[in-house]
Amino acid sequence: NKDFMKDEQGNYLVTLLKGHGIGPEISRSVKQIFQAAGVPITWEEHEVYSRAMNKEGDLLSSETINSIRRNKVALKGPFMTPIGKGFRSLNVTLRKKLQLYANVRPCRTIKGIDNIYDNVDLVTIRENTEGEYMGLEHRVVPGVSESIKIISRRACLKIARYAFEYAIRNNRKRIIGVHKAGVMKKGDGLFLECLREINEEYPTIQYSEKQVDTMCMKLAMNPQDCDMMVMPNLYGDIVSDLCAGLIGGLGLTASGNIGAEAAVFEAVHGTAPDIAGKNLANPTALLLSGCMMLDHMELYDHGNTIRNAIYNTIEERDNLTRDLKGAGSTTLFTEAVIKRIENKT
Amino acid sequence: TFLQRPGEGNVKRVSLIDGEGVGPYLTDSVQEIFQAAQVPVRFENIPMVEAKEMSINIEKQTLDKLHQNDVILKGPISNDDTLMWNNHEISKALEIYAYIVHAFTIPGVNTRHKDIDIVLIRENSEGEYASIEHELLPGVIESIKVITRESSLRIAEYAFEYALLSNRKKITVVHKANIMKLCDGEFLEAAREISIRYPTILYEEMIVDATCMNLATNPQAFDIMLLPNLYGSIIGSIIAGIVGGAGIAPGANIGRKYAVFEQGARHSGKELAFTGQANPTAFILSAVMMLRHLGLPFFAEQIQNSVFKTLEEQKIRTPDIGGNHHTADFTRRIIENLD
Ligand SMILES: Nc1ncnc2c1ncn2[C@@H]1O[C@H](COP(=O)(O)OP(=O)(O)OP(=O)(O)O)[C@@H](O)[C@H]1O
Ligand SMILES: Nc1ncnc2c1ncn2[C@@H]1O[C@H](COP(=O)(O)OP(=O)(O)OP(=O)(O)O)[C@@H](O)[C@H]1O
Ligand SMILES: [Mg+2]
Ligand SMILES: [Mg+2]
Repeated sequence: NKDFMKDEQGNYLVTLLKGHGIGPEISRSVKQIFQAAGVPITWEEHEVYSRAMNKEGDLLSSETINSIRRNKVALKGPFMTPIGKGFRSLNVTLRKKLQLYANVRPCRTIKGIDNIYDNVDLVTIRENTEGEYMGLEHRVVPGVSESIKIISRRACLKIARYAFEYAIRNNRKRIIGVHKAGVMKKGDGLFLECLREINEEYPTIQYSEKQVDTMCMKLAMNPQDCDMMVMPNLYGDIVSDLCAGLIGGLGLTASGNIGAEAAVFEAVHGTAPDIAGKNLANPTALLLSGCMMLDHMELYDHGNTIRNAIYNTIEERDNLTRDLKGAGSTTLFTEAVIKRIENKT
Repeated sequence: TFLQRPGEGNVKRVSLIDGEGVGPYLTDSVQEIFQAAQVPVRFENIPMVEAKEMSINIEKQTLDKLHQNDVILKGPISNDDTLMWNNHEISKALEIYAYIVHAFTIPGVNTRHKDIDIVLIRENSEGEYASIEHELLPGVIESIKVITRESSLRIAEYAFEYALLSNRKKITVVHKANIMKLCDGEFLEAAREISIRYPTILYEEMIVDATCMNLATNPQAFDIMLLPNLYGSIIGSIIAGIVGGAGIAPGANIGRKYAVFEQGARHSGKELAFTGQANPTAFILSAVMMLRHLGLPFFAEQIQNSVFKTLEEQKIRTPDIGGNHHTADFTRRIIENLD
C-alpha cells in the first residue's frame, strides 16, 4: 500500500469530496489545518452531482471514481442523496464500485466535553458489503415479507483478517467477535468460524465472542472495559452508533471505509442544512477522519500532530463551536487548532 | 382498595422454571420471599431437561405441564444448546408474542443516567428468529427474516393498548426501513395504522442505529418503545444496562392466554452461578408484576416496597451494583424489610 500517487512536487494526491450543507466549510477547515501542519497532500477536488450520472443512478461521474481508484485515498464530507426514485446513495455507490469491505470507527472520549461516559476507547470494524444490506427482499404473499441476509466465507475471512491486522498495526490487544449465533446458527456461525480460523494466525491478540445484545448491554454499562469489536453489517451499524453516543455523538467520530484498492474516509454526520454557510459547523469529525486517513497513508507524525492539537483545543475549550456549548465558530476553532500546531513546530 | 370477586381467595398456581446460571438463585429468592409474605401462590416445579437425555416424551410432558397453568415464572435460559428447549420454544408452545422490558431508575442503584422509565414492547414470534437458514453454495449462507402484517398489527395493537391503560404518552417505533424496505416497512405500516386509532398517544419513528445513539446520550426522551424481534433483544439489553443491568430490569412475555415472567434482559450469567452473587432484583420485580397480573396487588406492593427500601438503604448489595453480598443476604434483608 506504499504506492500512493504523488504529483511533481512529491505531494500525495488525495481525492476530496467536499459535500453538501456544511461540507464545504468543514472541508475548508481541514485543508487549512493540514496545510498548517505541513501535510504533503495535494487535494483533487471533485463534485457530487444532484442528478444521476449514469443508468445506475450514481451521483458521481466516472472521472471521480477513477480519481479515487488512481489515488487510492479520498476524504469526503456529508452528502445529501436527492429524494426520489432512481438515485443510489453515495455511500452505496462508493462501497460497490470500490469494494470498500471494511467500515472502521474508532471512538475515543475527548477530554473537555461534558459527557456521561468517560475513558471510552473503542474501535468497531463492520463488514460492509453483505449481510442484511444487500436489498434482497420480497413479498411472499400479501402480508408476508422476507428479507435475506447473506453471509459468505469469503467476506468473513476478509473482514476477520482486516480486524486482526488492524489490531496489530494499532497496538490493540483484544478483539471481540460480535454475533447472534444462538439464533442465526448457520449465518453468524460461519462468521465466528472464520474469525476463529484467522485468530489462530494472531496468537498475541486476545480473542473472545459476545452476543450482540450482551455486547450492547456491556457498552451501555462499562464501555471503558472494551477494546476492539468486529461484526457483520447490521450489528456494526447499530453498535458503531451506540459507541458514537458514548463519546457524545457523530460530531466527534471518525470513520473510514477500506477496500483492497482504495479507502474513503468520511464524517458520518449529516449535512446540517440549518447551520450551513453560517460558520457554525464543527469540523472535528472530518478532521479526525482526515487523521485516520493520514495513519492509513502511514503519515503517522502528521496525524498525531493534528490529533493532539484538536484534543488540546477541545480540552482547553478554546473557541469551541455551538454544538459543544462553546461560543466560537468554524473559523475561530480552526485558528485555535492551527495556533497549537504552529506552537508545536 | 382492590375488590376481589367472591371465591378469589383460593391459592393461585404458577409453573416455576429454574432456568440456568443464576436462575436457581433467583427462583429460590422469590420462593423465600413469597413464603415469608404468605403470598397465596403455589409453585409447580417444571424440571429442565438436558439435551443429552432428549426424548420426545419428556419434551411433550414438560410442555403439557406448562399448559396447565396460565402463568409461569422462569429463570433465564442460555442460548447455547445444552437444554432441550429454549425461550423461543416456550413462547411458541404458549403462543406468547409480546415481550416486555420495563427499565426504570431505582433509587439506591447508582447509574450514570437518571430518571429513566421506559417500557419496551417487542414482537417475539418472528423476524430474525424465524430460524430459516440455508447454505446456498459452499461457504455462502442465507438467513431469512420474516415479518408478517398479522403479527405486526397484533403487537402494535398491544403496544397502544398498553400505552392507553398505563397512561403513557408516547410510542417510539424502532426500525431499519430505509434498508429493509419491505420487512421493516410492513412493521411500520402496521404501527401507523393502529396509531390512527389512538390520537391521544404521540407517535414517533426512529431508525435503530440512531435510537442506540440517543439512548447513550438522552435516554430520558423515551417512553414506550415498539420493536421487531432482534432490535428488541438489542435495545432491551441496552435499556436494562443503563438502569443497572440484567439484574435490575424486570420483564415479561404475554399472549392471549399465557404469561411468562422473567428478567427483562434474558442473560443467564453463568459466571455468577459459581459465586452465588446474582442480583435478584429484576426477577423479584418481575414476580411482583406477576402478582398484579394474578390479582394480588396487596402482596405486589408490599414486596415491591421492601425491594425498593432494601436497595435505597445500600447496606446489603450484590457486586453488580457495588456491594459484595450474596443473593441469599439480599433476600434475607428484603424479608426483614417486609414490615
Ligand atoms: N424457530 C426456532 N425453533 C427452535 N429454536 C429456535 C427458533 N428460533 C430460535 N431458536 C432458538 O432459540 C434461542 C433464541 O431464543 P431466545 O429467546 O433464547 O433468544 P435470546 O437471544 O436469548 O433472547 P434475546 O433475543 O432476548 O436475547 C436460540 O437458542 C435458538 O437456537
Ligand atoms: N441476576 C443477575 N444479577 C447480576 N448480573 C446478572 C444477572 N443476570 C445476568 N447478569 C449479568 O449479565 C451479563 C450477561 O450475561 P451472560 O454473559 O450470561 O449473557 P448471555 O450472552 O445472554 O449468555 P447466555 O445466552 O448464556 O444467557 C453478565 O455480566 C451477567 O453476570
Ligand atoms: Mg448507521
Ligand atoms: Mg440471551
